[in-house]
Amino acid sequence: MKVELEADKCVASGQCVLAAMDVFDQDDDGIAILLEEQVGDDRLDDVKEAIAVCPAAAIRLVEQ
Amino acid sequence: MRRIVVVGASAAGLAAAETLRREGYDGTLTLVGDEPLALYDRPPLSKQILAAEWEPERLALRTPDALAALNLDLRLGVAATGLEPADRTVELAHGSALPYDGLVIATGVRPRRLPGEGAHILRTLDDALTLRKRLTPGRRLVVVGAGFLGAEAAAVAWRLGCEVTLLEPAPVPLAHAVGMEVGKVLTNAHLERGVKLRCGVTVTEVTEDGVRLADGEVIEADEVLVAVGSLPNTEWLAGSGLTVGDGVVCDEYCAAAPNVYAAGDVARWYNPLFGTSMRIEHRTTAAEQGMAAARNLLRPEAGKPFAPVPYFWSDQYDMKIQAYGYLRGHDEVALVEGDLAERKFVAAYRTGDRVTGALAVGMPPKAIRQWRQAIATGAAWHDSVRTTVTAVES
Ligand SMILES: Cc1cc2nc3c(=O)[nH]c(=O)nc-3n(C[C@H](O)[C@H](O)[C@H](O)COP(=O)(O)OP(=O)(O)OC[C@H]3O[C@@H](n4cnc5c(N)ncnc54)[C@H](O)[C@@H]3O)c2cc1C
Ligand code: SF4
Repeated sequence: MKVELEADKCVASGQCVLAAMDVFDQDDDGIAILLEEQVGDDRLDDVKEAIAVCPAAAIRLVEQ
Repeated sequence: MRRIVVVGASAAGLAAAETLRREGYDGTLTLVGDEPLALYDRPPLSKQILAAEWEPERLALRTPDALAALNLDLRLGVAATGLEPADRTVELAHGSALPYDGLVIATGVRPRRLPGEGAHILRTLDDALTLRKRLTPGRRLVVVGAGFLGAEAAAVAWRLGCEVTLLEPAPVPLAHAVGMEVGKVLTNAHLERGVKLRCGVTVTEVTEDGVRLADGEVIEADEVLVAVGSLPNTEWLAGSGLTVGDGVVCDEYCAAAPNVYAAGDVARWYNPLFGTSMRIEHRTTAAEQGMAAARNLLRPEAGKPFAPVPYFWSDQYDMKIQAYGYLRGHDEVALVEGDLAERKFVAAYRTGDRVTGALAVGMPPKAIRQWRQAIATGAAWHDSVRTTVTAVES
């Protein structure tokens, strides 16, 4: 699955980093950065957790 | 469990519904919301929507595909009007009744109002679009209440060229929440730009030409925004037997009664991390609590206490404010990094002998993360706050 991030919606809460540290990071302003665009099944649960806790609804998973 | 009803179709309700499906629940899942619109997000209402930077489409909480995948029995534009826990039914406006095996209450809050007609409030998309049409350059806006919501709206209105006056009953805005010194620092951002602030004033009434204060003075305005706090939407629970007292009262598992859970702005629950009951009106708590309530509803035998570090952010002018923990009722505030006057700092909050909160303005995430961690682990104040800090009066 592919992770999509709408960076201009991001409010720098860092929730995604807490949920999936190897998929998300934050820049100096706190805006989320995608470390990995393609995630395997083993990371899906954490990414779904990040989607659920992101207060800006800025993260999506898209099927390919 | 074959029938689960979630009442309240917003952040907390959606998080509960998504979690139920993620955790394998495949029965009927009904989501009831009294707003007719598709599920949308509120924080941008007082920011990008009010500033006309975003159009309403950007507020959607999920894409249509993501929503469809949840296979919901979605009932929008219908209010729940009653609850009968003995029969396990939720009554809906129009007289129909929904049976349930499990229920999540996520009906949120609504703004408090003041006597008199014609004032704006800011809770729904409609509210925001109505106000934004009126914020044209030169217009005089009075904002009653200088809390985070009022302050955000004031900042946007100033940017749009309005003449803004903030009225606040307390001597320093936000002092009860963030302390005197931090409250003053946040307030200065308004004063520097020429937004007027009058503290220690009580507005008794909204009038045709502005607002009237307790001493009879009238402050003239073209538009009035009332932002003086909110009331939990619990009226529909009257007679249900649930305990309601400034919110739906829940235990640490977010349970209000057997098979009945509450989440989000409407829920008052016991947070074991801070050893106190609280009701939090933060966007992240709404989502986290919706998830926790859903999990505990599905698997009460494996129930987990809901013990989050509350997190809140606010955008005003060029300030990004972030707060962690439970700052209310703190005993001491210390500046632990940065500079208050530059509005780049982290302040830590002590309650008893623990770090219970942190507030940051304009700091990189790494500087803040350790404080979040200190709060989450209940770190002792004296271990965390070393000697180099400046104590700021609270
Ligand atoms: C303008 C604004 C700006 C904000 N900015 C921030 C911010 O910057 N940072 C932050 O952390 N938080 C912010 N918040 C707070 C955040 O939006 C809320 O904490 C969050 O929306 C709570 O979600 P909820 O699902 O619990 O409640 P709500 O979003 O209030 O949703 C409850 C829903 O239930 C519906 N409902 C009520 N009664 C019934 C009934 N009887 N039957 C059916 N449906 C019913 C309501 O109409 C509503 O749609 C802001 C809020 C507002 C209004
Ligand atoms: S959780 Fe969402 S808002 Fe927070 S940093 Fe990640 S993408 Fe941004």
